[in-house]
Amino acid sequence: MTTAEEHKSNGIGKDVGLYVCLLVLAGLQFAIAYQKISASQMLTRMLAVACVEAGLAALFFMHLWKEKRGFLLFVAIFTISVLLGMQYGWTDSFRLLVGAPYAK
Amino acid sequence: MSQADLTMEGHTTGLTVGPAFSIPTKKLAMWLFIIADTMTFAACLLAYGFVRNGSPDWPRPFHGITNVALMTFVLLTSSLTMLFGLRSARAGDKAGAFRWTMITAALGIVFALLHIREWLNLLDQGMTLFKNPWGTGLFGASFFSITGLHLTHVTCGVIALIVVGVRYKGGRHNADDIEVLGLYWHFVDVVWMFVVPLVYLLNLGH
Repeated sequence: MTTAEEHKSNGIGKDVGLYVCLLVLAGLQFAIAYQKISASQMLTRMLAVACVEAGLAALFFMHLWKEKRGFLLFVAIFTISVLLGMQYGWTDSFRLLVGAPYAK
Repeated sequence: MSQADLTMEGHTTGLTVGPAFSIPTKKLAMWLFIIADTMTFAACLLAYGFVRNGSPDWPRPFHGITNVALMTFVLLTSSLTMLFGLRSARAGDKAGAFRWTMITAALGIVFALLHIREWLNLLDQGMTLFKNPWGTGLFGASFFSITGLHLTHVTCGVIALIVVGVRYKGGRHNADDIEVLGLYWHFVDVVWMFVVPLVYLLNLGH
């Protein structure tokens, strides 16, 4: 077996391992959907699993882990900070739900 | 002594050190697109969460997970076949890379068909963009917007996979192009990981 073929077969093993891991995590999300917990707890747990899934996919399927650290940090910090910045409007959605005192 | 070893006012000039990111232009462009598209999907999902949280009569029309579970399985598997395609391309196995790219495109088509089946089922039950029999009409608008945007991405990805696969086979594209396309395809998969819990699983009617 040539070096390129060896490298390819070794990599395929890792890819399949990660794929199985992602399948298990996806299955976990479906299991959480059937737990008898409140909607907010369900949302928190599902989002936590989704973040782990997305992190694994970005780092290893998208090979972000092999890029230069500067680029990895740029993508991670920029994306996460903008996503966090978008969360400012949540309080207003609660105002829609309960109305008072702002609606009066 | 090389130019990089020269010092200027006591500091190493470091002329041989590359730029911070030093990745191919196409790949950088795809990453910037992915970051921008992340914001688009995040804004849509946030708006969805906003109206869901603010609507007391939010519908829960989904009674089974078979279809969405199958869709998730198909999309995750297509990410794996995309990786196989890239590995084959990197190893110089042109036929293998073409085959895996086409398998990925076929899985993308299966995903799109399952998605359309889901839509037709909901339309049959009386759900449209602005009304449904279960509760607030905002549900249809947000559901079709988010899943429609994702389906558009999948459809564009399938077209790109076929075009790049054929051109790669013809020698007009190389392994780097397969890698850049793979980034896009994995991104579509990552987005689905958030769409499933927020749009489907949280709206399961037990």
